[in-house]
Amino acid sequence: MTEVIHIEKKNVKFLQKVVELSGEEVTMCEQCGICTTSCPMAEEMDVSPAGIMRAVQIGDESVVESKAIWFCASCFTCTVRCPRGIDLAKVTEALRQLTLRKNVDHIDLDEVKKESLPAIALVSALRKFTG
Amino acid sequence: MKLPYFPGCTLKQTAKNFEKSAMASARRIGIELVELPRWNCCGAVSSLTSDDIMHHVAPIRDLVRVQQMNDDGILNNEYRLVVLCSMCFNVLKRSNMLVTKDAETLNKINEFMDTEPDYEGTVEVKHFLEILRDEIGFDKIKEKIKKPLHGLKVSPYYGCTLLRPREIGIDDPEAPTIMDDFIKSLEATPVDNPYKSLCCGSYHTVGNAEVVAHRTYKIIEGARRNGADVIITSCPLCAFNLDNRQELTKKLHPDFEYMPILYFTQLMALAFGEEKEAGFDENFVNPVPLLEEKKLLKKVVSRGE
Repeated sequence: MTEVIHIEKKNVKFLQKVVELSGEEVTMCEQCGICTTSCPMAEEMDVSPAGIMRAVQIGDESVVESKAIWFCASCFTCTVRCPRGIDLAKVTEALRQLTLRKNVDHIDLDEVKKESLPAIALVSALRKFTG
Repeated sequence: MKLPYFPGCTLKQTAKNFEKSAMASARRIGIELVELPRWNCCGAVSSLTSDDIMHHVAPIRDLVRVQQMNDDGILNNEYRLVVLCSMCFNVLKRSNMLVTKDAETLNKINEFMDTEPDYEGTVEVKHFLEILRDEIGFDKIKEKIKKPLHGLKVSPYYGCTLLRPREIGIDDPEAPTIMDDFIKSLEATPVDNPYKSLCCGSYHTVGNAEVVAHRTYKIIEGARRNGADVIITSCPLCAFNLDNRQELTKKLHPDFEYMPILYFTQLMALAFGEEKEAGFDENFVNPVPLLEEKKLLKKVVSRGE
C-alpha cells in the first residue's frame, strides 16, 4: 500500500526543533532498524526506535504522545550501533523534554508505591520523568 | 598511592557494602582512597539535550573539589578521580569531556559557579576497575590474593554505563573483557552471559518495577544457563534491580531461581581475606550459603547443632 505523506511547514518546524534540542541530524537515519533490534525496551514500545526516528523525520508530532519515548532508558545500545552515527538516546531525551518543559511530569510521586528505594533510583527517575 | 575518591549518594545508603569492600581491598593493594571533601550528588543521569548546561554544574563542582585537594596539599599533583558507582562514573566523565572539549560551556559554568574556583579541566575521571587494570595490573592482584576463589563460577554483568557511550566506556562496548580478567585474577572462573550488557531497566524500577523484573529474569537466567553461581556488578542501581527485584521476578516467573548478586569489590575483599569488610549481610539474596558450600567461607556452627 502506498501512503502519500504531505510535509507541511509545521512538520518541518517540529523536525528542526528536535534536531536543535538533541543536536542530532535525524534526517541521516536510513531506517536500517539496527536500533530496534538492539533495544532492550522495544517489546514494551508502541512505536519502535526506528519508527520514532521516521516520525521525527517527517515531522509527525504525535510521536511526543507515544509511550515508547518514555520506555527508552538511555542505555545507549542503539547509540553505539547506529551505522549513521546518530545518538538516538539524545533524540528520545529531546522528545521527552518537549513535554517535561511544559511542566507536565511523567510520574506522580504520590502514586509511586511507597517502598524503600536507593537514592540512585529516585534521583535518576526524577531527572528523567519530571520537569 | 593516594587517590581522590567520589562515593556518590547510594554508596552512603543502600550500597555501603560496595564502599566498605572497596576500601578494604584497595588498602591491600596499596591504594588509599581519599573521599572528596564536600562532594555533591552528580545527578545520576547525564543531561542529554544540547541546551541544558545547568545539569552539568553539579558534576563539574565535584571535579573542582579534586583541584582544591591538590591546592590544599591533601594530594600531591594527583588528578585521577576514582569512582566506584558506574552511573556516577558515567555522569562525571561525560560532563568532564563536554567542558574540556567546549571552552564556551566551561566558561559559562565557571561564571555561574561564582563562589567556587574555576574548573581548569585537569581532572581525569577513572572507574576503580580501570585503576585495577591499568595502574595495578591484574597479574599483581593475582599475586596478592590470600584466598583464591577456586571453583566459584562468576558471571560478570557490565550493564550500560560502564561501557556506553563508546567514548565514555572503559572497554569495548560489544565485547568487554575487563570484568572477566578481574574474575580470573581472583582465580574464580568467569562465565559468559549473552545478556551481560543488556540494560536492567534502570530507573524504571521506580513506578514500573515489572519492566525491570522481566529483564532481571532474562539476565539472571542467561547467567544460570551458562553455569554461573553468582553475578558481579559495579552499579548500585543494577545491583538493586538484579538483587532486590528477584522477589518480584519470582512472582512473575515461577520457574525462576534466586541467585546471589555481588559487587565486584565484595568478591575482591573475600579473596583478600577481608570477608568481615565484604558486607555480605547487606545483600538481599544471601550469598553466604553459596560461599560456605564452595568452602570460601567457614561455616558458623551454632551451639546445639
